[in-house]
Amino acid sequence: MSNRGANSSSALLQPSMQQRVGRVVLIAAALVFLAVFLLLPVAAVFTQAFSQGWAMYRDSLRQQDVLSALRLTGLVAVIAVPLNVQFGISASWAITRFEFHGKSLLITLIDVPLAVSPVVAGLMYVEVFGLHGWLGPWLSEHNLHIIFAVPGIVLATIFVTFPFVARELIPFMQAQGSDEEIAAVVLGANGWSVFWRVTLPNIKWALLYGTILAASRSIGEFGAVSVVSGHIRGLTTTLPLEVEMLYNEYNFTAAFAAASLLTLAAIVTLVLKKSIESATGVHQHGQEKESES
Amino acid sequence: MPETKRKKSWSLVTRSSPLPGFRVSIGFTLAYLTAIVLIPLAAILLHGSRLGWSVFLHTVTAPRVLASYRVTLGSAAVAALLSAAFGLLLAWVLARYSFPGKRIVDALVDLPFALPTAVAGISLTALYAESGWIGRYLEPHGIHVAFTPLGIVMAMSFVGFPFVVRSVQPVLEDLDPAMEEAAASLGANVWQRFTRVIAPVAFPALLTGTALAFARAAGEYGSVIFIAGNMPMRTEITALLIVTKLEEFDYTGAAAIASAMLALSFIIMLAVNLIQWRVQRREGKRV
Repeated sequence: MSNRGANSSSALLQPSMQQRVGRVVLIAAALVFLAVFLLLPVAAVFTQAFSQGWAMYRDSLRQQDVLSALRLTGLVAVIAVPLNVQFGISASWAITRFEFHGKSLLITLIDVPLAVSPVVAGLMYVEVFGLHGWLGPWLSEHNLHIIFAVPGIVLATIFVTFPFVARELIPFMQAQGSDEEIAAVVLGANGWSVFWRVTLPNIKWALLYGTILAASRSIGEFGAVSVVSGHIRGLTTTLPLEVEMLYNEYNFTAAFAAASLLTLAAIVTLVLKKSIESATGVHQHGQEKESES
Repeated sequence: MPETKRKKSWSLVTRSSPLPGFRVSIGFTLAYLTAIVLIPLAAILLHGSRLGWSVFLHTVTAPRVLASYRVTLGSAAVAALLSAAFGLLLAWVLARYSFPGKRIVDALVDLPFALPTAVAGISLTALYAESGWIGRYLEPHGIHVAFTPLGIVMAMSFVGFPFVVRSVQPVLEDLDPAMEEAAASLGANVWQRFTRVIAPVAFPALLTGTALAFARAAGEYGSVIFIAGNMPMRTEITALLIVTKLEEFDYTGAAAIASAMLALSFIIMLAVNLIQWRVQRREGKRV
Protein backbone atom coordinates (compact mmCIF):
# COMPACT_ATOMS: atom_id res chain seq x y z
CA MET A 1 0.00 0.00 0.00
CA SER A 2 2.58 2.49 1.12
CA ASN A 3 5.62 1.49 -0.81
CA ARG A 4 4.17 0.51 -4.13
CA GLY A 5 6.19 3.19 -5.89
CA ALA A 6 9.44 2.38 -4.19
CA ASN A 7 9.32 -1.39 -4.46
CA SER A 8 7.59 -1.64 -7.79
CA SER A 9 8.79 -4.58 -9.77
CA SER A 10 8.59 -2.62 -12.99
CA ALA A 11 12.03 -2.12 -14.46
CA LEU A 12 10.88 1.21 -15.80
CA LEU A 13 10.50 2.60 -12.31
CA GLN A 14 13.70 1.14 -10.89
CA PRO A 15 15.16 4.09 -9.04
CA SER A 16 18.29 5.57 -10.50
CA MET A 17 21.18 6.70 -8.32
CA GLN A 18 19.85 10.24 -8.46
CA GLN A 19 16.42 9.15 -7.30
CA ARG A 20 17.86 7.14 -4.45
CA VAL A 21 19.73 10.22 -3.24
CA GLY A 22 16.54 12.23 -3.63
CA ARG A 23 14.63 9.74 -1.54
CA VAL A 24 17.17 9.87 1.29
CA VAL A 25 17.15 13.67 1.23
CA LEU A 26 13.36 13.83 1.37
CA ILE A 27 13.07 11.30 4.19
CA ALA A 28 15.77 13.11 6.14
CA ALA A 29 14.03 16.45 5.63
CA ALA A 30 10.73 15.01 6.82
CA LEU A 31 12.33 13.49 9.92
CA VAL A 32 14.16 16.71 10.81
CA PHE A 33 10.96 18.68 10.38
CA LEU A 34 9.06 16.30 12.67
CA ALA A 35 11.79 16.29 15.29
CA VAL A 36 11.99 20.07 15.47
CA PHE A 37 8.34 20.79 15.00
CA LEU A 38 6.67 17.99 16.98
CA LEU A 39 9.12 16.20 19.24
CA LEU A 40 10.86 19.27 20.67
CA PRO A 41 7.58 20.75 22.01
CA VAL A 42 6.74 17.44 23.69
CA ALA A 43 10.24 17.17 25.14
CA ALA A 44 10.01 20.78 26.34
CA VAL A 45 6.82 20.03 28.29
CA PHE A 46 8.44 17.23 30.28
CA THR A 47 11.75 19.03 30.74
CA GLN A 48 10.01 22.08 32.15
CA ALA A 49 7.72 19.96 34.29
CA PHE A 50 10.66 18.17 35.92
CA SER A 51 12.98 21.19 36.00
CA GLN A 52 12.60 21.52 39.79
CA GLY A 53 12.91 17.82 40.42
CA TRP A 54 10.54 14.94 40.89
CA ALA A 55 9.29 15.97 44.33
CA MET A 56 8.27 19.39 43.08
CA TYR A 57 6.51 17.76 40.13
CA ARG A 58 4.57 15.47 42.42
CA ASP A 59 3.64 18.31 44.74
CA SER A 60 2.46 20.47 41.84
CA LEU A 61 0.08 17.75 40.78
CA ARG A 62 -1.18 17.22 44.32
CA GLN A 63 -2.43 20.79 44.58
CA GLN A 64 -6.12 20.88 45.42
CA ASP A 65 -6.90 23.07 42.39
CA VAL A 66 -5.12 20.75 39.99
CA LEU A 67 -6.95 17.75 41.41
CA SER A 68 -10.34 19.38 41.14
CA ALA A 69 -9.51 20.53 37.59
CA LEU A 70 -8.63 16.94 36.78
CA ARG A 71 -11.94 15.74 38.24
CA LEU A 72 -13.92 18.32 36.29
CA THR A 73 -12.15 17.41 33.05
CA GLY A 74 -13.08 13.78 33.62
CA LEU A 75 -16.66 14.62 34.53
CA VAL A 76 -17.15 16.75 31.42
CA ALA A 77 -15.77 14.01 29.16
CA VAL A 78 -17.96 11.39 30.82
CA ILE A 79 -21.08 13.44 30.08
CA ALA A 80 -20.20 14.88 26.67
CA VAL A 81 -18.70 11.85 24.95
CA PRO A 82 -21.57 9.34 25.48
CA LEU A 83 -24.08 11.91 24.25
CA ASN A 84 -22.07 12.41 21.08
CA VAL A 85 -21.71 8.66 20.68
CA GLN A 86 -25.46 8.34 20.79
CA PHE A 87 -25.81 11.16 18.29
CA GLY A 88 -23.16 9.64 16.03
CA ILE A 89 -24.89 6.28 15.96
CA SER A 90 -28.33 7.66 15.30
CA ALA A 91 -27.14 10.14 12.67
CA SER A 92 -25.16 7.51 10.78
CA TRP A 93 -28.03 5.01 11.01
CA ALA A 94 -30.42 7.54 9.48
CA ILE A 95 -27.92 8.75 6.88
CA THR A 96 -26.48 5.45 5.69
CA ARG A 97 -29.58 3.22 5.92
CA PHE A 98 -32.26 5.49 4.43
CA GLU A 99 -32.75 7.80 1.48
CA PHE A 100 -34.38 11.08 2.39
CA HIS A 101 -34.68 14.72 1.37
CA GLY A 102 -31.94 17.06 2.54
CA LYS A 103 -29.46 14.32 3.37
CA SER A 104 -26.42 16.10 1.98
CA LEU A 105 -27.42 19.27 3.82
CA LEU A 106 -27.56 17.26 7.04
CA ILE A 107 -24.09 15.83 6.40
CA THR A 108 -22.75 19.34 5.82
CA LEU A 109 -24.40 20.67 8.98
CA ILE A 110 -22.80 17.93 11.07
CA ASP A 111 -19.40 19.33 10.01
CA VAL A 112 -20.21 22.89 11.07
CA PRO A 113 -18.55 22.63 14.51
CA LEU A 114 -15.26 21.77 12.79
CA ALA A 115 -15.34 25.02 10.87
CA VAL A 116 -16.26 27.31 13.75
CA SER A 117 -13.54 28.93 15.84
CA PRO A 118 -13.64 27.55 19.40
CA VAL A 119 -13.99 31.03 20.80
CA VAL A 120 -17.02 31.70 18.61
CA ALA A 121 -18.44 28.34 19.73
CA GLY A 122 -18.19 29.39 23.36
CA LEU A 123 -19.70 32.77 22.59
CA MET A 124 -22.70 31.09 20.93
CA TYR A 125 -23.68 29.54 24.26
CA VAL A 126 -23.16 32.83 26.06
CA GLU A 127 -25.62 34.33 23.57
CA VAL A 128 -28.22 31.70 24.44
CA PHE A 129 -27.71 31.09 28.16
CA GLY A 130 -25.71 34.13 29.34
CA LEU A 131 -27.24 36.87 31.47
CA HIS A 132 -27.85 38.97 28.37
CA GLY A 133 -28.74 35.98 26.24
CA TRP A 134 -32.07 34.59 25.07
CA LEU A 135 -32.74 32.42 28.09
CA GLY A 136 -30.60 34.39 30.54
CA PRO A 137 -33.38 36.31 32.34
CA TRP A 138 -35.54 33.20 32.70
CA LEU A 139 -32.60 31.13 33.95
CA SER A 140 -31.56 33.68 36.56
CA GLU A 141 -35.17 33.96 37.73
CA HIS A 142 -35.10 30.24 38.45
CA ASN A 143 -31.62 30.42 39.87
CA LEU A 144 -30.17 28.14 37.19
CA HIS A 145 -26.58 28.66 36.18
CA ILE A 146 -25.26 27.47 32.85
CA ILE A 147 -22.69 30.04 31.80
CA PHE A 148 -19.73 30.33 34.21
CA ALA A 149 -20.81 26.96 35.57
CA VAL A 150 -20.33 23.30 34.76
CA PRO A 151 -23.33 22.89 32.37
CA GLY A 152 -21.88 25.57 30.06
CA ILE A 153 -18.54 23.78 29.99
CA VAL A 154 -20.31 20.53 29.14
CA LEU A 155 -22.30 22.19 26.34
CA ALA A 156 -19.23 23.84 24.82
CA THR A 157 -17.41 20.51 24.94
CA ILE A 158 -20.34 18.72 23.30
CA PHE A 159 -20.24 21.29 20.52
CA VAL A 160 -16.56 20.97 19.70
CA THR A 161 -16.65 17.15 19.80
CA PHE A 162 -20.02 16.95 18.05
CA PRO A 163 -18.93 15.60 14.62
CA PHE A 164 -16.21 13.12 15.59
CA VAL A 165 -18.20 9.90 16.05
CA ALA A 166 -20.62 10.63 13.21
CA ARG A 167 -17.80 11.44 10.78
CA GLU A 168 -16.10 8.16 11.58
CA LEU A 169 -19.26 6.05 11.34
CA ILE A 170 -20.93 7.52 8.24
CA PRO A 171 -18.28 6.51 5.65
CA PHE A 172 -17.71 3.21 7.46
CA MET A 173 -21.38 2.18 7.53
CA GLN A 174 -21.84 3.43 3.99
CA ALA A 175 -19.06 1.17 2.78
CA GLN A 176 -20.41 -1.76 4.75
CA GLY A 177 -23.90 -1.57 3.29
CA SER A 178 -27.08 -2.85 4.88
CA ASP A 179 -27.35 -6.37 3.42
CA GLU A 180 -26.73 -8.15 6.72
CA GLU A 181 -29.21 -5.96 8.57
CA ILE A 182 -31.89 -6.45 5.93
CA ALA A 183 -31.30 -10.21 6.11
CA ALA A 184 -31.76 -10.09 9.88
CA VAL A 185 -35.02 -8.16 9.51
CA VAL A 186 -36.29 -10.56 6.87
CA LEU A 187 -35.54 -13.43 9.22
CA GLY A 188 -37.70 -11.77 11.83
CA ALA A 189 -35.33 -9.87 14.08
CA ASN A 190 -36.69 -6.70 15.62
CA GLY A 191 -34.94 -3.33 15.48
CA TRP A 192 -33.01 -3.60 18.73
CA SER A 193 -31.72 -7.06 18.10
CA VAL A 194 -30.61 -6.02 14.60
CA PHE A 195 -28.68 -3.18 16.19
CA TRP A 196 -27.13 -5.17 19.06
CA ARG A 197 -26.45 -8.40 17.15
CA VAL A 198 -25.60 -7.18 13.64
CA THR A 199 -24.81 -3.48 13.44
CA LEU A 200 -22.88 -2.92 16.66
CA PRO A 201 -20.50 -5.89 16.23
CA ASN A 202 -19.78 -4.65 12.71
CA ILE A 203 -19.11 -1.04 13.60
CA LYS A 204 -17.52 -1.47 17.03
CA TRP A 205 -13.98 -0.54 16.02
CA ALA A 206 -15.00 2.49 13.98
CA LEU A 207 -17.22 3.51 16.88
CA LEU A 208 -14.36 3.12 19.35
CA TYR A 209 -12.07 5.09 17.04
CA GLY A 210 -14.50 8.01 16.84
CA THR A 211 -15.09 7.84 20.58
CA ILE A 212 -11.35 8.08 21.27
CA LEU A 213 -11.06 11.15 19.03
CA ALA A 214 -14.03 12.77 20.78
CA ALA A 215 -12.69 11.95 24.24
CA SER A 216 -9.25 13.29 23.39
CA ARG A 217 -10.65 16.56 22.10
CA SER A 218 -12.99 16.88 25.04
CA ILE A 219 -10.12 16.49 27.52
CA GLY A 220 -7.99 19.06 25.74
CA GLU A 221 -10.51 21.67 24.63
CA PHE A 222 -9.44 25.15 25.61
CA GLY A 223 -10.93 28.03 23.59
CA ALA A 224 -14.63 27.20 23.77
CA VAL A 225 -14.46 26.15 27.40
CA SER A 226 -12.44 29.21 28.31
CA VAL A 227 -15.22 31.54 27.11
CA VAL A 228 -18.00 29.88 29.13
CA SER A 229 -16.03 28.84 32.20
CA GLY A 230 -15.54 32.08 34.10
CA HIS A 231 -12.25 30.64 35.44
CA ILE A 232 -13.46 29.99 38.99
CA ARG A 233 -10.65 28.05 40.64
CA GLY A 234 -11.68 24.69 41.97
CA LEU A 235 -15.15 24.98 40.47
CA THR A 236 -15.14 25.73 36.76
CA THR A 237 -11.55 25.23 35.66
CA THR A 238 -10.78 22.19 33.55
CA LEU A 239 -7.21 20.96 33.34
CA PRO A 240 -6.30 23.00 30.21
CA LEU A 241 -7.69 26.13 31.88
CA GLU A 242 -5.72 25.35 35.03
CA VAL A 243 -2.59 25.14 32.85
CA GLU A 244 -3.33 28.61 31.51
CA MET A 245 -3.99 30.10 34.95
CA LEU A 246 -0.83 28.64 36.47
CA TYR A 247 1.17 29.84 33.47
CA ASN A 248 -0.22 33.36 33.70
CA GLU A 249 0.73 33.40 37.39
CA TYR A 250 4.32 32.63 36.33
CA ASN A 251 4.04 29.31 38.12
CA PHE A 252 5.74 27.65 35.16
CA THR A 253 6.75 24.39 36.81
CA ALA A 254 3.22 23.70 37.99
CA ALA A 255 1.77 24.75 34.62
CA PHE A 256 4.04 22.35 32.76
CA ALA A 257 3.42 19.61 35.32
CA ALA A 258 -0.31 19.86 34.62
CA ALA A 259 0.45 20.12 30.91
CA SER A 260 2.50 16.92 31.10
CA LEU A 261 -0.65 15.01 32.13
CA LEU A 262 -2.46 16.35 29.07
CA THR A 263 0.53 15.49 26.89
CA LEU A 264 0.48 11.93 28.22
CA ALA A 265 -3.22 11.74 27.38
CA ALA A 266 -2.40 12.90 23.84
CA ILE A 267 0.31 10.25 23.48
CA VAL A 268 -2.05 7.55 24.74
CA THR A 269 -4.61 8.77 22.17
CA LEU A 270 -2.09 8.44 19.34
CA VAL A 271 -1.05 4.95 20.43
CA LEU A 272 -4.66 3.73 20.74
CA LYS A 273 -5.54 5.29 17.40
CA LYS A 274 -2.64 3.68 15.60
CA SER A 275 -3.30 0.31 17.25
CA ILE A 276 -6.92 0.30 16.13
CA GLU A 277 -5.86 1.33 12.65
CA SER A 278 -3.35 -1.45 12.22
CA ALA A 279 -5.26 -4.16 14.10
CA THR A 280 -8.66 -3.67 12.51
CA GLY A 281 -8.22 -1.72 9.30
CA VAL A 282 -10.52 1.03 10.55
CA HIS A 283 -9.47 4.29 8.96
CA GLN A 284 -6.55 2.49 7.36
CA HIS A 285 -6.49 3.82 3.88
CA GLY A 286 -6.33 1.24 1.11
CA GLN A 287 -6.58 -1.61 3.62
CA GLU A 288 -9.49 -3.29 1.86
CA LYS A 289 -7.64 -3.38 -1.44
CA GLU A 290 -4.54 -4.72 0.23
CA SER A 291 -6.33 -7.67 1.76
CA GLU A 292 -8.01 -8.49 -1.52
CA SER A 293 -4.84 -8.80 -3.53
CA MET B 1 -48.61 4.86 -11.64
CA PRO B 2 -47.95 8.59 -11.37
CA GLU B 3 -51.54 8.93 -10.09
CA THR B 4 -50.92 6.81 -7.03
CA LYS B 5 -47.65 8.56 -6.43
CA ARG B 6 -49.32 11.93 -6.36
CA LYS B 7 -51.97 10.71 -3.95
CA LYS B 8 -49.39 9.66 -1.43
CA SER B 9 -48.77 12.42 1.05
CA TRP B 10 -45.32 14.01 0.98
CA SER B 11 -42.83 12.13 3.04
CA LEU B 12 -39.28 12.79 4.09
CA VAL B 13 -38.15 9.40 2.87
CA THR B 14 -37.53 9.19 -0.86
CA ARG B 15 -37.09 5.44 -1.03
CA SER B 16 -38.58 2.97 1.38
CA SER B 17 -36.34 0.57 3.24
CA PRO B 18 -37.15 -2.63 5.10
CA LEU B 19 -35.02 -1.48 8.01
CA PRO B 20 -36.66 -0.02 11.11
CA GLY B 21 -35.74 3.02 13.15
CA PHE B 22 -35.80 5.85 10.63
CA ARG B 23 -38.14 8.06 12.62
CA VAL B 24 -36.36 7.56 15.91
CA SER B 25 -32.88 8.09 14.50
CA ILE B 26 -33.67 11.06 12.28
CA GLY B 27 -35.78 12.58 15.05
CA PHE B 28 -33.02 12.38 17.62
CA THR B 29 -30.42 13.51 15.08
CA LEU B 30 -32.35 16.61 14.07
CA ALA B 31 -33.35 17.52 17.63
CA TYR B 32 -29.78 17.19 18.87
CA LEU B 33 -28.37 19.09 15.89
CA THR B 34 -30.88 21.88 16.42
CA ALA B 35 -30.23 22.19 20.14
CA ILE B 36 -26.44 21.96 20.05
CA VAL B 37 -25.58 23.65 16.75
CA LEU B 38 -28.42 25.45 15.00
CA ILE B 39 -30.03 27.43 17.83
CA PRO B 40 -26.75 28.72 19.28
CA LEU B 41 -25.58 29.57 15.76
CA ALA B 42 -28.80 31.46 15.13
CA ALA B 43 -28.43 33.28 18.44
CA ILE B 44 -25.08 34.75 17.53
CA LEU B 45 -26.05 35.65 13.95
CA LEU B 46 -29.31 37.26 15.07
CA HIS B 47 -27.54 39.27 17.73
CA GLY B 48 -25.08 40.41 15.10
CA SER B 49 -27.86 41.37 12.69
CA ARG B 50 -30.00 43.13 15.33
CA LEU B 51 -27.38 45.85 15.41
CA GLY B 52 -28.41 47.30 12.10
CA TRP B 53 -26.14 47.41 9.14
CA SER B 54 -24.29 50.66 9.85
CA VAL B 55 -23.52 49.87 13.49
CA PHE B 56 -22.48 46.37 12.50
CA LEU B 57 -20.18 47.70 9.82
CA HIS B 58 -18.79 50.28 12.19
CA THR B 59 -18.07 47.61 14.80
CA VAL B 60 -16.42 45.11 12.50
CA THR B 61 -14.28 47.72 10.76
CA ALA B 62 -12.97 49.59 13.79
CA PRO B 63 -9.18 50.12 13.45
CA ARG B 64 -8.28 47.66 16.21
CA VAL B 65 -10.59 45.04 14.70
CA LEU B 66 -9.20 45.60 11.20
CA ALA B 67 -5.68 45.24 12.57
CA SER B 68 -6.68 41.94 14.17
CA TYR B 69 -7.98 40.66 10.80
CA ARG B 70 -4.67 41.61 9.21
CA VAL B 71 -2.70 39.79 11.88
CA THR B 72 -4.99 36.75 11.86
CA LEU B 73 -5.53 36.32 8.14
CA GLY B 74 -1.96 37.29 7.21
CA SER B 75 -0.45 34.83 9.69
CA ALA B 76 -2.98 32.15 8.74
CA ALA B 77 -2.14 32.59 5.05
CA VAL B 78 1.60 32.24 5.66
CA ALA B 79 0.94 29.29 8.01
CA ALA B 80 -1.27 27.63 5.40
CA LEU B 81 1.46 27.93 2.77
CA LEU B 82 4.06 26.52 5.17
CA SER B 83 1.63 23.75 6.06
CA ALA B 84 1.13 23.01 2.37
CA ALA B 85 4.87 22.73 1.76
CA PHE B 86 5.72 20.58 4.77
CA GLY B 87 2.46 18.68 4.62
CA LEU B 88 3.15 17.72 1.01
CA LEU B 89 6.67 16.64 1.92
CA LEU B 90 5.39 14.39 4.72
CA ALA B 91 2.51 13.01 2.68
CA TRP B 92 4.92 12.15 -0.10
CA VAL B 93 7.46 10.48 2.15
CA LEU B 94 4.76 8.50 3.97
CA ALA B 95 2.96 7.43 0.79
CA ARG B 96 5.99 6.60 -1.32
CA TYR B 97 8.88 5.41 0.78
CA SER B 98 9.41 2.78 3.40
CA PHE B 99 11.92 3.44 6.13
CA PRO B 100 12.49 2.35 9.72
CA GLY B 101 10.14 4.05 12.17
CA LYS B 102 7.66 4.96 9.49
CA ARG B 103 4.67 3.87 11.57
CA ILE B 104 5.77 6.11 14.41
CA VAL B 105 6.18 9.03 12.04
CA ASP B 106 2.73 8.34 10.62
CA ALA B 107 1.21 8.33 14.10
CA LEU B 108 3.12 11.46 15.14
CA VAL B 109 1.61 13.52 12.34
CA ASP B 110 -1.64 13.52 14.32
CA LEU B 111 0.02 14.89 17.45
CA PRO B 112 -1.21 18.46 16.84
CA PHE B 113 -4.77 17.09 16.66
CA ALA B 114 -4.34 15.26 19.96
CA LEU B 115 -2.23 17.71 21.94
CA PRO B 116 -4.39 20.27 23.77
CA THR B 117 -3.88 23.68 22.22
CA ALA B 118 -2.99 25.33 25.53
CA VAL B 119 -0.17 22.81 25.99
CA ALA B 120 1.09 23.46 22.47
CA GLY B 121 0.93 27.19 23.20
CA ILE B 122 3.00 27.22 26.37
CA SER B 123 5.42 24.65 25.01
CA LEU B 124 6.09 26.55 21.77
CA THR B 125 6.51 29.73 23.79
CA ALA B 126 9.07 28.02 26.02
CA LEU B 127 10.97 26.79 22.94
CA TYR B 128 11.07 30.09 21.08
CA ALA B 129 11.52 32.47 24.02
CA GLU B 130 14.86 34.19 24.38
CA SER B 131 16.24 31.48 26.65
CA GLY B 132 14.43 28.58 24.94
CA TRP B 133 16.03 25.66 23.15
CA ILE B 134 15.37 27.19 19.72
CA GLY B 135 15.03 30.85 20.65
CA ARG B 136 18.53 31.09 22.07
CA TYR B 137 19.99 30.31 18.64
CA LEU B 138 17.66 32.66 16.79
CA GLU B 139 17.71 35.70 19.05
CA PRO B 140 21.43 36.51 18.52
CA HIS B 141 20.69 36.71 14.78
CA GLY B 142 17.91 39.18 15.41
CA ILE B 143 15.18 36.66 14.67
CA HIS B 144 12.45 37.13 17.24
CA VAL B 145 9.75 34.48 17.22
CA ALA B 146 8.04 34.61 20.60
CA PHE B 147 5.71 37.59 21.01
CA THR B 148 5.89 38.55 17.32
CA PRO B 149 3.75 37.71 14.26
CA LEU B 150 6.35 35.03 13.43
CA GLY B 151 5.39 33.23 16.63
CA ILE B 152 1.74 33.34 15.59
CA VAL B 153 2.72 31.77 12.27
CA MET B 154 4.63 29.01 14.07
CA ALA B 155 1.68 28.13 16.30
CA MET B 156 -0.75 28.22 13.39
CA SER B 157 1.48 26.01 11.24
CA PHE B 158 1.74 23.54 14.12
CA VAL B 159 -2.04 23.07 14.27
CA GLY B 160 -2.53 23.31 10.50
CA PHE B 161 -0.07 21.01 8.75
CA PRO B 162 -1.69 17.65 9.69
CA PHE B 163 -4.74 18.68 7.64
CA VAL B 164 -2.56 18.80 4.52
CA VAL B 165 -0.87 15.47 5.23
CA ARG B 166 -4.16 13.70 5.91
CA SER B 167 -5.76 15.15 2.77
CA VAL B 168 -2.91 14.43 0.35
CA GLN B 169 -1.51 11.13 1.68
CA PRO B 170 -4.50 8.90 0.75
CA VAL B 171 -4.61 10.35 -2.77
CA LEU B 172 -0.93 9.62 -3.32
CA GLU B 173 -1.36 6.12 -1.90
CA ASP B 174 -4.30 5.49 -4.22
CA LEU B 175 -2.47 6.58 -7.33
CA ASP B 176 -2.19 3.61 -9.65
CA PRO B 177 1.51 2.92 -10.33
CA ALA B 178 0.49 1.74 -13.79
CA MET B 179 -0.15 5.35 -14.75
CA GLU B 180 3.37 6.32 -13.81
CA GLU B 181 4.77 3.23 -15.50
CA ALA B 182 2.90 4.15 -18.66
CA ALA B 183 4.32 7.67 -18.50
CA ALA B 184 7.80 6.31 -17.90
CA SER B 185 7.51 3.87 -20.79
CA LEU B 186 6.58 6.79 -23.00
CA GLY B 187 9.81 8.47 -21.97
CA ALA B 188 8.69 10.84 -19.24
CA ASN B 189 11.41 11.74 -16.76
CA VAL B 190 10.89 12.06 -13.00
CA TRP B 191 9.94 15.71 -13.17
CA GLN B 192 7.48 15.15 -16.01
CA ARG B 193 5.91 12.22 -14.21
CA PHE B 194 5.47 14.39 -11.15
CA THR B 195 3.99 17.42 -12.90
CA ARG B 196 1.91 15.59 -15.51
CA VAL B 197 0.76 12.46 -13.70
CA ILE B 198 0.91 13.01 -9.96
CA ALA B 199 0.27 16.73 -9.57
CA PRO B 200 -3.08 16.86 -11.42
CA VAL B 201 -4.49 14.15 -9.16
CA ALA B 202 -2.94 15.41 -5.95
CA PHE B 203 -3.63 19.10 -6.48
CA PRO B 204 -7.31 19.18 -5.43
CA ALA B 205 -6.40 17.28 -2.26
CA LEU B 206 -3.56 19.69 -1.59
CA LEU B 207 -5.96 22.60 -2.09
CA THR B 208 -8.51 21.05 0.28
CA GLY B 209 -5.89 20.37 2.93
CA THR B 210 -4.48 23.88 2.65
CA ALA B 211 -7.95 25.42 2.93
CA LEU B 212 -8.67 23.33 6.04
CA ALA B 213 -5.32 24.36 7.52
CA PHE B 214 -6.11 28.01 6.79
CA ALA B 215 -9.56 27.71 8.37
CA ARG B 216 -8.15 26.08 11.47
CA ALA B 217 -5.37 28.68 11.71
CA ALA B 218 -7.75 31.60 11.29
CA GLY B 219 -9.95 30.37 14.13
CA GLU B 220 -7.15 29.12 16.36
CA TYR B 221 -7.00 30.49 19.88
CA GLY B 222 -5.32 28.30 22.51
CA SER B 223 -1.96 27.71 20.90
CA VAL B 224 -1.62 31.28 19.61
CA ILE B 225 -2.41 33.47 22.60
CA PHE B 226 0.58 32.35 24.65
CA ILE B 227 3.20 32.96 21.96
CA ALA B 228 1.58 36.01 20.37
CA GLY B 229 2.26 38.62 23.06
CA ASN B 230 -1.22 39.98 22.31
CA MET B 231 -0.29 43.59 21.61
CA PRO B 232 -3.32 45.46 20.23
CA MET B 233 -2.78 46.47 16.59
CA ARG B 234 0.36 44.32 16.28
CA THR B 235 -0.04 40.78 17.54
CA GLU B 236 -3.66 40.58 18.63
CA ILE B 237 -5.66 37.92 16.81
CA THR B 238 -9.38 38.25 16.13
CA ALA B 239 -10.36 35.34 18.38
CA LEU B 240 -8.61 37.02 21.30
CA LEU B 241 -10.32 40.32 20.50
CA ILE B 242 -13.68 38.55 20.85
CA VAL B 243 -12.66 37.29 24.28
CA THR B 244 -11.46 40.77 25.24
CA LYS B 245 -14.79 42.29 24.18
CA LEU B 246 -16.59 39.68 26.27
CA GLU B 247 -14.49 40.46 29.30
CA GLU B 248 -15.40 44.12 28.85
CA PHE B 249 -19.08 43.02 28.75
CA ASP B 250 -19.33 44.31 25.17
CA TYR B 251 -21.55 41.41 24.08
CA THR B 252 -22.73 43.22 20.99
CA GLY B 253 -19.22 43.91 19.75
CA ALA B 254 -18.22 40.32 20.42
CA ALA B 255 -21.26 38.98 18.53
CA ALA B 256 -20.61 41.28 15.56
CA ILE B 257 -16.97 40.26 15.19
CA ALA B 258 -17.91 36.61 15.71
CA SER B 259 -20.49 36.90 12.91
CA ALA B 260 -17.77 38.20 10.61
CA MET B 261 -15.55 35.24 11.57
CA LEU B 262 -18.42 32.83 11.02
CA ALA B 263 -18.96 34.24 7.54
CA LEU B 264 -15.31 33.52 6.74
CA SER B 265 -15.61 29.97 8.14
CA PHE B 266 -18.64 29.25 5.97
CA ILE B 267 -16.97 30.62 2.84
CA ILE B 268 -14.01 28.29 3.39
CA MET B 269 -16.34 25.36 4.12
CA LEU B 270 -18.22 26.08 0.90
CA ALA B 271 -14.97 26.29 -1.07
CA VAL B 272 -13.80 22.93 0.29
CA ASN B 273 -17.14 21.33 -0.56
CA LEU B 274 -16.96 22.77 -4.08
CA ILE B 275 -13.49 21.36 -4.63
CA GLN B 276 -14.58 17.93 -3.43
CA TRP B 277 -17.76 18.05 -5.49
CA ARG B 278 -15.79 18.89 -8.63
CA VAL B 279 -13.30 16.10 -8.02
CA GLN B 280 -16.12 13.61 -7.51
CA ARG B 281 -17.83 14.75 -10.69
CA ARG B 282 -14.61 14.46 -12.67
CA GLU B 283 -13.94 10.99 -11.32
CA GLY B 284 -17.52 10.02 -12.06
CA LYS B 285 -17.03 11.07 -15.66
CA ARG B 286 -13.83 9.11 -15.99
CA VAL B 287 -15.54 5.95 -14.77
